[in-house]
Amino acid sequence: MAVTFGNEETGYGARRNDALGRWIGRHPIAALVIAIAVIFVLWLVFAPWPAGFEDVFGKKGIFINALFNGITLGGLYFLVATGFTLIFGLMRNVNLAHGSLYLFGGYMGYEAGEWTGSWLFSYVVAFICCAIVGMAMQFLIFRRMEGQDLRQTLVTLGLSIVFSDLMVWIWGGNAIQIDTPDYLEGPVPMPIVIAVKSNGETVFLQYPLVRLVIFAAAVVIGVAMWLALNRTRVGVMIRAGVDDRDMLSVLGYRVQLLFIAVFAFGAGLAGMAGIVGGTFQSLSLGEDSHFLLASLVVVIVGGMGSITGAALGALIIGLSEQIGTVYFQNYSTVLSFLIMVVVLALRPQGLLGRR
Amino acid sequence: MALAETSQQAPVGVATAERGGALAQWISRHAPILLLGLFMILFPSIANDFFLRQIAGWTMILGMIALSLMFLAGYGGMVSLVQMTVAGLAGYMIAVFGESSLPKVSLFWPWWAAVPISIVIAVAFGTLAGALSARTEGIYTIMITLALATSFFYLTLQNWPIFNGFSGFTTIPAPHFLGVHWGEPVPLYYMILFFAALSYAAVLYVSRAPFGLTLQGVRDNPRRMEAIGYNVTAHRIAAYAFAAVIAAIGGILLVWQNNQISPFSVGVDVVINILIIAVVGGIGHPIGPFIGALIYVILRTFALDALVAVGLDGRRFQMLIGLGFLVIVLFSPDGVVGLWRRWASRAFAPNGRSGS
Repeated sequence: MAVTFGNEETGYGARRNDALGRWIGRHPIAALVIAIAVIFVLWLVFAPWPAGFEDVFGKKGIFINALFNGITLGGLYFLVATGFTLIFGLMRNVNLAHGSLYLFGGYMGYEAGEWTGSWLFSYVVAFICCAIVGMAMQFLIFRRMEGQDLRQTLVTLGLSIVFSDLMVWIWGGNAIQIDTPDYLEGPVPMPIVIAVKSNGETVFLQYPLVRLVIFAAAVVIGVAMWLALNRTRVGVMIRAGVDDRDMLSVLGYRVQLLFIAVFAFGAGLAGMAGIVGGTFQSLSLGEDSHFLLASLVVVIVGGMGSITGAALGALIIGLSEQIGTVYFQNYSTVLSFLIMVVVLALRPQGLLGRR
Repeated sequence: MALAETSQQAPVGVATAERGGALAQWISRHAPILLLGLFMILFPSIANDFFLRQIAGWTMILGMIALSLMFLAGYGGMVSLVQMTVAGLAGYMIAVFGESSLPKVSLFWPWWAAVPISIVIAVAFGTLAGALSARTEGIYTIMITLALATSFFYLTLQNWPIFNGFSGFTTIPAPHFLGVHWGEPVPLYYMILFFAALSYAAVLYVSRAPFGLTLQGVRDNPRRMEAIGYNVTAHRIAAYAFAAVIAAIGGILLVWQNNQISPFSVGVDVVINILIIAVVGGIGHPIGPFIGALIYVILRTFALDALVAVGLDGRRFQMLIGLGFLVIVLFSPDGVVGLWRRWASRAFAPNGRSGS
């Protein structure tokens, strides 16, 4: 494994800009295509659509809604997948029980919400519960089989079966919906024109406040994680561990403690995502494997072990699922699968992954 | 890859090969498997239809699909979860090209045309999946193949023109040739037995042939094999193709045995059950998957009643499977075969050398 500590992908802001410039210099055509695509999407969002457009894309409102749903769903996928990718990057542990942690967090948050009536407090409960489970898994089991990737993965698989059956036992097979709190209830108008009525009146997009707030929270968490990874001592340790954990432990750092902390954090994030998922959609049997699949695809597309990659992958997969649902009804999951196949064929390590 | 490191040994328990004719030596060396074969051939005379179909038939079919996983995992070091999907695709194709209760999709080709084309399509898919995942290393394989398998499940669930969505296909008859109706319990049993034995022998043969030895070299040290001049990726993809043939045949037999196929035949839980079967049986030897399948089928058939009998909820069957799997993975990474080998080496080697 190459020692690329502090290279352009993990460097500070100024150096990052350099890296972006260099990337554009190296791939001028790709950069141009991406820039045109971004401008085109922005134009699609903000400009009123010309007449012929609605024949191709359907109503603007539907497109904009799919776009927003995709982006906010991407925020949810990011919350789930980022813990998965952190755990994988540092411990080389493909945690197939990650979907179970997501569902468990959702259920615990639901119980806490029912009990205390506070939606925000349920996040704390979900985070702590899942973090404890994650710590226990790392401390009791994975610590004893370090370096045996496949065996760890099989253990997480067995755990996920047991967990999912336990959860069916406790909460039953029916879907549970977590209620949106009153202060986040209802849609808010957005400064985006979706249609002009015949009498000249403009119609603005109305979008659920809760989804916007959760997306903002996901962005805040993502930025905070990026800062923590790149600007703090613990972040340096984690990045060093991702590159070469043996060397880190030889240098005298307490790698086991770091592993437990990262596992707890990743699991806790999955638990919080469970509440988000329970509010957006619902919690039920089978959601664990749905979100495990989502994390897998997000991480494969974005690049294993990379937080920025998880963000990019989550955005791509969230968008492809929602836009796919609108424009190719029957093949929405197949679309994200196709994206995965194309990425694997062209760049097996993922879009932002390193070899 | 600790699970894949169990070395290839001759079956234990026949250490005392007599000096004699080559035939006698061969027979005594392979006594356990020959006895097993004899027993399986005579099995229909002592068993009723229920045991033939529900126990023996399912064991051998699931064993074949798990065997194709075992071949990749044990000899190639690639834990591919896509094998059940390959089998399922072959099963779907036999329903699409052959007969089913759905005339608007099925093409009603005769079996001798439908079977080869189903196998070809499934093998092409399996090889393609292999080509996608073989470029990445080790643990990534499990992620990519799991994602592929789950995507296929959702495709079958959402696609109506070809896969008939949620409901799938029913009433897919086994063929009728040589004057035998192969859907009858005893002929079907013998057909399944024939293909299970054939694929077992094929895996055993390939594992000792140059290709299999190269594959094991690739498993142990891909970089060194590359340096010697072997094309590592090509060997991996070829292994996927070979495993896909076994899985595809297993999938067709599965449809004939089960008479129907639906998205839930290729769901995530089924895909994972195949992995569990292979790992519990042991991925060090081709007999492992069949042992694992036997344990799984017996549990699946009788656990419900047994759980109820001891006063527990019969629905906790899945947890029983999960816990059993955990115990095996935690305490005997080479599965039941490994357990037996350790026990046998202790029992047959009184000079105190432990086998593990």
